[in-house]
Amino acid sequence: MTKHNGSKPEVQERIGVYVCHCGTNIAGTVDVAQVAQWAASRLKERGVVIARDYKFMCSSLGQELIEKDIKEQKLTRVVVAACSPHLHERTFRTACARAGLNPFLCEMVSIREQVSWVHTNKEAATIKAQAAVSGGVERVIHHEPLEPMTVPINPATLVVGGGIAGIQAALEIADAGYHVYMVEREPSIGGHMAQFDKTFPTLDCAACILTPKMVDVGGHPNVTLLTWSEVEKVEGYVGSFNVTIRNKARHVKTDLCTGCGICQEKCPKKVVDEVYEAGLGYRKAIYTPFPQAVPKFPVMDVDNCIYFEKGTCKACEKFCPTNAIDFTQQDEVINIEVGNIILATGYDIFDARRVSHYGYGRLANVFTSLEMERLTNAAGPTNGQIVLRDGKTTPKAVGIIHCVGSRDRNFNNHCSVICCMQSLKFAHMVHERTGAIVYNFYIDMRTPFKDYDEFYQRVLEEGTLFVRGKVAEVTDAARLPGEEGKLIVQVEDTLAGKQRRIPVDMVILSVGLEPRKDSSETAKLFGISCSANGWFIEKHPKLDPVATMTEGIYIAGCAQGPKDIPASVSQGAAAAARVLGKIQQKEMALEPIRASVIEEKCSGCRICNDLCPFNAISFHEDTMVSEVNAALCQGCGTCVAACPAGAIYGTGFNNEQVLAQIEGLLLLNIGEEAVPA
Amino acid sequence: MTTDTFEPTIIGFTCNWCSYRAADLAGTARLKYPPNIRLIRLMCSGRLDPTFVFKALSSGADGVMITGCHPGECHYLEQNYKALRRFHLIRRTLKGFGVEPERVKLVWASAAEGAKFASETASFIEEIRSLGPLNWGKSGGGRPTTEDGDSPSSVLRPQSETEEVPA
Repeated sequence: MTKHNGSKPEVQERIGVYVCHCGTNIAGTVDVAQVAQWAASRLKERGVVIARDYKFMCSSLGQELIEKDIKEQKLTRVVVAACSPHLHERTFRTACARAGLNPFLCEMVSIREQVSWVHTNKEAATIKAQAAVSGGVERVIHHEPLEPMTVPINPATLVVGGGIAGIQAALEIADAGYHVYMVEREPSIGGHMAQFDKTFPTLDCAACILTPKMVDVGGHPNVTLLTWSEVEKVEGYVGSFNVTIRNKARHVKTDLCTGCGICQEKCPKKVVDEVYEAGLGYRKAIYTPFPQAVPKFPVMDVDNCIYFEKGTCKACEKFCPTNAIDFTQQDEVINIEVGNIILATGYDIFDARRVSHYGYGRLANVFTSLEMERLTNAAGPTNGQIVLRDGKTTPKAVGIIHCVGSRDRNFNNHCSVICCMQSLKFAHMVHERTGAIVYNFYIDMRTPFKDYDEFYQRVLEEGTLFVRGKVAEVTDAARLPGEEGKLIVQVEDTLAGKQRRIPVDMVILSVGLEPRKDSSETAKLFGISCSANGWFIEKHPKLDPVATMTEGIYIAGCAQGPKDIPASVSQGAAAAARVLGKIQQKEMALEPIRASVIEEKCSGCRICNDLCPFNAISFHEDTMVSEVNAALCQGCGTCVAACPAGAIYGTGFNNEQVLAQIEGLLLLNIGEEAVPA
Repeated sequence: MTTDTFEPTIIGFTCNWCSYRAADLAGTARLKYPPNIRLIRLMCSGRLDPTFVFKALSSGADGVMITGCHPGECHYLEQNYKALRRFHLIRRTLKGFGVEPERVKLVWASAAEGAKFASETASFIEEIRSLGPLNWGKSGGGRPTTEDGDSPSSVLRPQSETEEVPA
C-alpha cells in the first residue's frame, strides 16, 4: 500500500468515524468492530482521531456519543457509516449542528442498503464497508461549512384532483385559513366516489357523505375551484411554484349561469355517457355530469354539439333565461403562485376487455364493477334496479369474479385492495334486491380493516356462495342441460378439488385499479417519479408515504397506490397536515447544493449556457463571463462537469470531493488486505 | 480469496434520485449481488465529469458503471442525455488509450428498479471478470504510482501477461 505515502499534504482535520450495527441489520453481515478498528489505525494518517461502533447510531444515545466526541475530541469532520443517507442524513447533520459543528461537515456512507443487505460473504462485505468508510473520510476532508439557503413559503396551495382525497386535503388547508386552488379535469369534483352507490362496510350512501364535502369545497371562501381545467406547466421550487393552468372553455358564462338546468333539458343531442355513467346511460351535449355536481355550471361538449357540427340549433342559447350561453368562449390560461402542491389524481379502472376469456364487451350480461355501481345506484340509469343488459330482466343467479386484472402476472401483479370488499358489497346488494343466488369466485379473501371481516361474515350468513378458484372462462356455449341461454362460469374449485361449470344470468367482473394512463406524464410535469407500473413514488414507503422526493410536492389517494375511501381520506388529511406545517414555518431551508461560476477562470465560451434546463445560467456581455442564478439552480451539476475551464464550482459535490472519494474507495481491493480473524 | 481468482473492483456512479434509490431498494428488498462494486452518489448523472471515470480506472478500478434515471425521467429534466453523450465520448477515448471500452457501462435504473440494478450490477461484474484486471497505472501488477505517470504499455498488456491481484 503506497497510496497515502506522504505524497499527499498532511491532513489537518480531526475526523470521527462512527460505524452503526443497526442491531444485526449491518452487524450480521459486516464485522462493524473490525471496520471501526481498521479506520482508527489504517486511516489515522488521514486525520481519523477516533472511530467507534455502536448498536444504534441513530438512537439518542448514539447521537449523544457523536456530540460528546465533537466537543471533547474537537472533531472537525464526522463520517457515519450506517443506513442510506436518504433515511438518516438529516439526523446526523442535526446532531453535529447541536454540538456546534457545521452540519455539512458530516458525511454518511451507506453500509446497510448497499453492503450488508445485498451481500452474504462477511469478509468481502467487511472490506467493502471499510472501502466505503475510506471513501467517506477522503471526501469529508474536502467538505466545507455551508449555510442552507432559505426560501419563503407561499401560503397558497394547489390541489390537483377533486376526488375524495383531494377534497379532504383542500378542506383541511382551507379550514385552517389558507388559500387553496383546486384543479379538476372533469366538469365536476367528486371523482370516482360520486359514481358509487353504497360504501362498504357500513353501506351508507356514497352521495350522502360525499356531496356535503363537495358543497363545502365549492362554497369555501378560501378555495378557488378550477374544474374543466388542467395543469399545463409547473415552474419554480418549493415555496414558490409558478403553475400554468388551462381552464377549458365551458361555453357557459359562469357569472351569469344559475345552474337551472333548462339548457340540458332543451338540448336535442343525446350522448352516451362514458365517464360518469360508465357507458350505461346518456347525457346531453351540454351537461352537468350529475345533479349534485359542484360547480353547478354545465359544460358544452363541442365534439357532439349540433351547433358546432352543423352551424345551427342553439336551443340552449334560446332557452337560457340568463343569457349565459357563449358559443365563442375560448380556453383561458391562468397563472398562479403556490408554495406547495398536493397531487390526488386518482386511478383508472382496469379495462376488462383485456381479459378476453371473460367475455366483457362480447357477452352482453358481463358487467364491470363500475357498471354495477351505476346499476345499483338509485340515481343511476336503472334507478337502482339490478337488471340484465336488456333493461328489464332480473337475474336469478349472479357470478362475481374477483381479481380481474389484479394479482395476475398477465396484467398487474398488485392487489387492488378494494375488490374483495366491493364484491362482497355487490353480493349483499344483489341478494337483498333480487333474491338471486350469488356466487363469489375468489382467489384469496382479503378483508383486513375495521369491520371488514365482520361484513364478510354477514354476507356468508346471508347465503352467498363462495368458490375458491380462478375462473378459467365465461362462455355462452351451452354443453350440459340447464346451461342454455345462460352464461357458464368455468372454474376449478380448489377447495372441492374439481372442475365446475356454474350457469348464471349475470357476471360481474371486479376489475382492479390501475394508475392513470397519463400518470408518467403527470409525474414528469411535477418533477416526481413513478414506479414501473405507474403509481407515484412516495419519499418513504412506511415513514413518509405522502411526501415525494421533490420538496413541496405531496401525493394522496389512489395516485400513490390502490386504496379504499378511509385510506384515501387519511392520506389526503395527512398531506394537508404536511403542507400546513410547511406554511406555518413561513420559510424553509434548502440544501445549498448549487453551482457557481469562478469569474477569473471563466473564458466566456458559453458552453454551459445551453446546458441548463432551468435557464439558471446567464451570460454577461459586458464582463464576458457566465453567471449562475442560485435561486433557479437546482444543483444537478451538469454545467460543473461540462465547463472546459473548470470554472464552475459545484458546492456539495465538487471535483475534489468526488475525486478524493474515488481514491478512498479504491484504497482496498477484495482479497488484497484480508481481514485478520 | 485464493490467488488464482480475479476479483474485479468496480466503481459505480449513481444519481441521487433514481439509481441511488434503486440501489437502496435492492437492499431493502434484500436482493443479492456480488460485493465488487462501490458506489458514489452524485446529484445527477449529468454531474459525471469524464475525469471521474478516468480517475477511477487509473486508481485501480477495473470497470466503471454509470447509472442514472431513464431517458425522459431525469429529475433535472434532460441532464441524463448529457451523461449519455459523455458515455460515448468516454468509450471512444478509452479505445484511443487502448483500454477496452466495455469497461465502462451505462445503466438506466428508476427508483423502482432495485431488481434491475442488482442484476445489471451482477452481470457487469461478470463482464469485467472475463475482461480481466485493467492494471492501469500499475507497473508489473504493483500498486498505482500516479506520480510517475502511467505507462501505456501496462495498459495495453494482454490479459495473459497480467499478474493476478495479490492475496
